[in-house]
Amino acid sequence: MNEDSYLNAGYTLRSWFFTSDHKRIAILYFASLIFFFFIGGAAATAIRIELATPQADLVSSDMYNRLFTMHGIIMVWFFLIPSVPNTLGNFIVPLMIGARDLAFPRLNLLSWYLFMLGGSVTLFAIAAGGVDTGWTFYAPFSTLYSNSYVMAAVIGIFIAGFSSILTGLNFIVTIHRLRAPGLTWYRLPLFIWSLYATSVILVLATPILAITLILIAIERCFGVGIFDPKIGGDPLLFQHLFWFYSHPAVYIMILPGMGVVNELISCFSRKEVFGYKFVAWASLAIAALGFLVWGHHMFVSGQSLLASLVFSFMSFIVAVPSAIKVFNWTATLHKGSIRFDAPMLYALAFIGLFTIGGLTGLFLACLAYDVHATDTYFVVAHFHYIMVGGMVTAYFGGLHYWWPKITGRLYSEGWARAAAILIFFGFNLTFFPQFILGAEGMPRRYHVYPPEFQVWNVLSSGGASILAVAYLLPLFYLGYSLFFGARAPANPWDAPGLEWQTSSPPPEFNFAVQPVVTRAPYQYSEAFKAEPQNA
Amino acid sequence: MPDGAPFAPQFASVQHRDETAEFGMWVFIATEVLLFGGLVLSYFVYRHAYPQAFMAASRHTDILIGTANTAILLTSSFLVACAVEALSMRAHTTSRALLIGAAILGLLFITLKGFEYADEYREHLIPGINFAFDGPLANGAELFFIFYFIATALHAVHMLVGIGLLGTFAARIGNAEESRIRTALHSAALYWHFVDVVWIFLFALIYLPGRSS
Amino acid sequence: MERWRPSTPLVASWLGLLALLALTVTLAYQPFGAFNAVAALGIGVIKALIVAAVFMELRHRGPRTLIFAAAGLFWLAILLWLGSMDFLTRT
Repeated sequence: MNEDSYLNAGYTLRSWFFTSDHKRIAILYFASLIFFFFIGGAAATAIRIELATPQADLVSSDMYNRLFTMHGIIMVWFFLIPSVPNTLGNFIVPLMIGARDLAFPRLNLLSWYLFMLGGSVTLFAIAAGGVDTGWTFYAPFSTLYSNSYVMAAVIGIFIAGFSSILTGLNFIVTIHRLRAPGLTWYRLPLFIWSLYATSVILVLATPILAITLILIAIERCFGVGIFDPKIGGDPLLFQHLFWFYSHPAVYIMILPGMGVVNELISCFSRKEVFGYKFVAWASLAIAALGFLVWGHHMFVSGQSLLASLVFSFMSFIVAVPSAIKVFNWTATLHKGSIRFDAPMLYALAFIGLFTIGGLTGLFLACLAYDVHATDTYFVVAHFHYIMVGGMVTAYFGGLHYWWPKITGRLYSEGWARAAAILIFFGFNLTFFPQFILGAEGMPRRYHVYPPEFQVWNVLSSGGASILAVAYLLPLFYLGYSLFFGARAPANPWDAPGLEWQTSSPPPEFNFAVQPVVTRAPYQYSEAFKAEPQNA
Repeated sequence: MPDGAPFAPQFASVQHRDETAEFGMWVFIATEVLLFGGLVLSYFVYRHAYPQAFMAASRHTDILIGTANTAILLTSSFLVACAVEALSMRAHTTSRALLIGAAILGLLFITLKGFEYADEYREHLIPGINFAFDGPLANGAELFFIFYFIATALHAVHMLVGIGLLGTFAARIGNAEESRIRTALHSAALYWHFVDVVWIFLFALIYLPGRSS
Repeated sequence: MERWRPSTPLVASWLGLLALLALTVTLAYQPFGAFNAVAALGIGVIKALIVAAVFMELRHRGPRTLIFAAAGLFWLAILLWLGSMDFLTRT
């Protein structure tokens, strides 16, 4: 390393595992998430291999239940929810707002340890034999009748939930209190607005998950509980409590991705984001409205018709702020000076794939159509378009964009673009056929199906194999860049944000001199040159 | 944090740190409101479904212990508020005594709760262990008592954490750096008052329904 | 070190809270029908507000702290209201 940076401020294990530096904690999370991503991916691989044929030839039905449950639990709680907030968020937020660290650095480290503890307990549940309830843990199966390791999984997720809450708390307080002088709310990059909105959801929704898991655990432990129909309990109460958290949880997963896309679209169009205030408030609107729609997961479960109508209506409303964002991104591209670097390829893919995912969500919000589509592959395709086509794509985009800042190295642009294109192709081949399967009636969570569905399933599994290779590629060229990549300058993309006004990688305390902000974000000159926020 | 520095480097001043800490505690309290909130939703759903059973079950709770415990907790909150005030006026010994008093009241609350649970065990009111309730209202009553035990146990866990915090502060007053202790005690006090507020509502939901029949 | 005495607002609040406790228990034994629940919860809300305003010092705090204090309650209201809607409107 040429100069002092956070990476060489101590080489001992102690300096990493007892750090309070937000940048090192981000790296700890990043390493953990790679691990969990591949475990969740392994489950997906087994699922897609099994589904290539109509019969059950790879796994038994019981094993299949455990596979999709494991895939869901790992991907939702141990990859998607922490992905951008805890890796890119932890690293970039203090830099972007000109602060020396988060408000509560030791809580930040605690949140990583809780995450790892929760992950370990959950992995134990999986290794011991797994859970067969689906990641949705519906009662009374999960509470009274399942013979799998529900208790261990529930405890693992409960612990990991505290990690989420602490992260959200830290971000909210940091963004309110630790902004650099001159950095008013409307001068904040939209990545910060998105993470703020995400943090509000993290803080307010996750406790409901906590109490729901406690209720499952108690009912399982004592053999009786408030969801037990035998004593007049209502299993729908479980679903209401579960989805009150889990629907906002999907916004926890997507809002940070949208935040990243703002940064990418702006930088690689060399223009400020069109309609900044609309996008900023749309993030908060998504967070708030996202709490009012959870019943759309329960249209056919016995919920009252009036409640279903209200939730359906609200589900249409919640699409509006997301649509506003897509329009604003498109307007940002218009008359921009567009560069097709790898991060931009991911951002463009996000816009298209998220739009498809979002629009199909409107299909599902429609009560009449949902009666046919619920619990079919249509739903599976819908949420994978958003979560994988949207969120994972945005994560990779952000990873590539901030890679030089985080590691001080430049990756191979050729490999990066090839991987991005391969991911896009593999993704669509995997998941588009699933819309067709769902529309034709193939149910989800089944590993056997009528032979007429095989064609689409084979296409999907073929796509999945391409996707698997495509997701492995960054592991190699990014890993290679760590050792052999060219040294990155402070501002390789010529972007105006505060994080680019310090070295790559940053020094331990982020800035040599406290930055003072004098400008709005995303300012570029007539010649498309960046105008730094603190110049 | 470098030795001797009154505040960590991400803060601009002691006041900055203090305000941020209080802010953080309020965010945490919001999470706790929702944690108990899930239980409260369950209560209202089943009270609406089984109103007679809930009234009948509520009559089997111990109004004496319940009321006494509420008074104890309200008083301990008063003592904690006094302790914060005393510390801000540098009355260390008084503050320590008040905190110890509040912690003792907290332990008294837990002890009475223990007696109450023991009585409920004797009366066969513990679902999953020995629940037996005569008459057609048994199911609804069982749901009431499931809520009762989970809510009060969760509350008791929070009380124990709070008592631990109060005891820790009582021990450390006068030893650690002044303004840090004041800030931290202030946050801990907010937590304790919140636990009190939760109990105010649990008392109203658990002990009071059905008393007039 | 001065001789410290508890301030009047604190003592008044404490006594007020105990008085409200006595009131709520007394009212619970009166046959008011549906109003019993309203009274119990209403008095509970008043007690909570006293604790929040005086003990938790919200009466001295600015709008941002108040918003944060209220946010949890607001979201709880959403949970209770929207969550009950299904159960209240089943046919």
